[in-house]
Amino acid sequence: MTERTYRRVLVLGASSGIAQAVIRRLASQGAQLFLVARSAERLAAVAADARVRGAKEVLTHPQDLDDVDAHPSLLDRAFAALGTVDLTFVAYGVLGTSEDCERDIALTQRVLLTDFAAPALFCQALAMRLVGQGTGTLAVLGSVAGDRGRKSNYAYGGAKGGLAVFLAGLRQRLYRHGVHVLTVKPGWVDTPMTASLRKNALYAKPDRVAGDILRAVEEGEDILYTPGFWRLVMGIVKAIPERIFKRFSL
Amino acid sequence: MSEAIVTSFGRVRRSRAEVLPLYFTCDAAIPIGRKVLPYGLGRSYGDACLNEGGVLLATRGLDRFVELDLEHELVSCESGVSLGEVLALAVPRGFFLPVVPGTKEVTVGGAIAHDVHGKNHHLCGTFGSQVESLLLMRSNGERLVCSRTENPQLFAATVGGLGLTGLILQATLRLRRITSAQIEVETLALPDLEAFFALSRDSDPHFEYTVAWIDSRARGPKLGRGLLYRGNHVEERGPLKAPPLRPSFTFPCELPFSLLNRASLPLMNALHYARSRLEVGKRRVDLGPFFFPLDGLGRWNLVYGRRGFFQFQTLVPPDRAPEAIRAILSTVAASGQGSFLTVLKNFGSRASPGLLSFPRPGTTLALDFANRGETTRRLFGDLHALVREAGGRIYPAKDALMPPEQFQAQHADVLADFRSCMDPAFSSSFWRRVTGD
Repeated sequence: MTERTYRRVLVLGASSGIAQAVIRRLASQGAQLFLVARSAERLAAVAADARVRGAKEVLTHPQDLDDVDAHPSLLDRAFAALGTVDLTFVAYGVLGTSEDCERDIALTQRVLLTDFAAPALFCQALAMRLVGQGTGTLAVLGSVAGDRGRKSNYAYGGAKGGLAVFLAGLRQRLYRHGVHVLTVKPGWVDTPMTASLRKNALYAKPDRVAGDILRAVEEGEDILYTPGFWRLVMGIVKAIPERIFKRFSL
Repeated sequence: MSEAIVTSFGRVRRSRAEVLPLYFTCDAAIPIGRKVLPYGLGRSYGDACLNEGGVLLATRGLDRFVELDLEHELVSCESGVSLGEVLALAVPRGFFLPVVPGTKEVTVGGAIAHDVHGKNHHLCGTFGSQVESLLLMRSNGERLVCSRTENPQLFAATVGGLGLTGLILQATLRLRRITSAQIEVETLALPDLEAFFALSRDSDPHFEYTVAWIDSRARGPKLGRGLLYRGNHVEERGPLKAPPLRPSFTFPCELPFSLLNRASLPLMNALHYARSRLEVGKRRVDLGPFFFPLDGLGRWNLVYGRRGFFQFQTLVPPDRAPEAIRAILSTVAASGQGSFLTVLKNFGSRASPGLLSFPRPGTTLALDFANRGETTRRLFGDLHALVREAGGRIYPAKDALMPPEQFQAQHADVLADFRSCMDPAFSSSFWRRVTGD
């Protein structure tokens, strides 16, 4: 039963570090995969790896998800190819520090679109099809940064926070229809997205995060903090009153 | 790109370099105007993986498989895939790598760049001799397929080429079939050095894997005493479990001093000899403990403490081997600077395609020494003199101290050819030390 739950999987942002780690695990379990990413070349490399590791079938569709008008045709293709979609994993995002965003308004725009508007629109379009299907899990990458606005990355945090709220609503909306929504909140993960940042002991390996995500999918968790200690950390961060928090340099 | 302090596995030197992590072969680019060097898992012991003041192209993110062709027994992967990851894929499907070194925590790119060898060198040659082809990126942006038939000179220079001919992006490796993930291993006691040469000669034709552990502290008539391990793959069908990817225990932190020291080493050598003598006889062991015993202890190099350690690995030609190995072991025993991991093995005559490849017919001896500063350097000076006298070689992957003349002498016949294949943007701390370039 549990193995069946994610046999046919749609992955958006398939070339991201966390998505690749999830894909590897699913591939070695013999999953059928429909992978979407912006770069056709990167996508081909990820797909080849998944085939070698044992995926039953790997289909690819190069597509920039910021192009929201293309979402319906993308969903048509994915559902036509997979039939039933057991798991959809949206691992699509871009990092932007406040420093960079304040210098470049286009980057702020991109962060808000890529980390909030585009995935939200996609999830809504997908949700309607999942309702028709009456089954399936939608797992979406948020971030611990979305739990509280901080001066160092408020655009990114705001987008991820908005997405978490959007997903909470969607979770309630889909609950009656047998569709499950999982919000994944990773802490720092050692991936290409964080390549330029200095690493510390709190950085997790993508494979560890991927293991947590697939376990949470299986167990029907609603909100996953990964690694788990972030639940405690963010609990404390959220508990600090705003009038004190605003003085912090975080 | 970020600046970092990088150490090699011996942890003797702290080297400053810019680290550029690579994630996809399709958009990998080599920075212009800098001296660059590929860096995988940093398992070479000395300075072959360091590039002081330059750029390290970190390849560990190039960790995808490209193709698995079981019919033709080939696997293609990106250069940052570790040998452990190849085995995790291959072993459950009934395949193994034809040549594996003493650790699986090295990348495919690193294994090619050092043309590593294993316990079956006498029959199967080096890692490079099992490489079918590779994809090399040069600093001018060219991507060249290199094999024995396509760009053969560049292929020969890249196998064992210390990462200096360009960035290996992908490689296609031969696999071999196995029916069980176990080795039938026999342990024999070696009372002295003569016994090693006699038993090795008798064992090598019948056993795919042979290697000896030597008690580096034994002197006089007991000089060279130790244990010979010889084994073959179990031929009956058995479980196909890959060696575990993660160590069962990881050394938590650096210590201010070495756990292997004057007090503990004699005891540990004696204990190992005594304990293993109880195991003399035949038994079946898993691939992991047989090939990669130290991978079970993560970051074991930290046992040598803050100052790190040096490795010494030499190769001496067959006609000079008995006297030269005796002289080296005597010098080590007399110095009191014992080594715990003393390994002795005879190499075979199967030639590697690699120009700078270390193995040649003869006997190889590997030792490690806690870094005690000048005392250790003096001992290495004595050992290097004995190697030179015997017309032997030093293994660059292990080396931090060999004199430049040694490197230039041991590769004199091929150095000009190698230089003509080097990529002008590539260099390493090792290369600058031994050539003065």
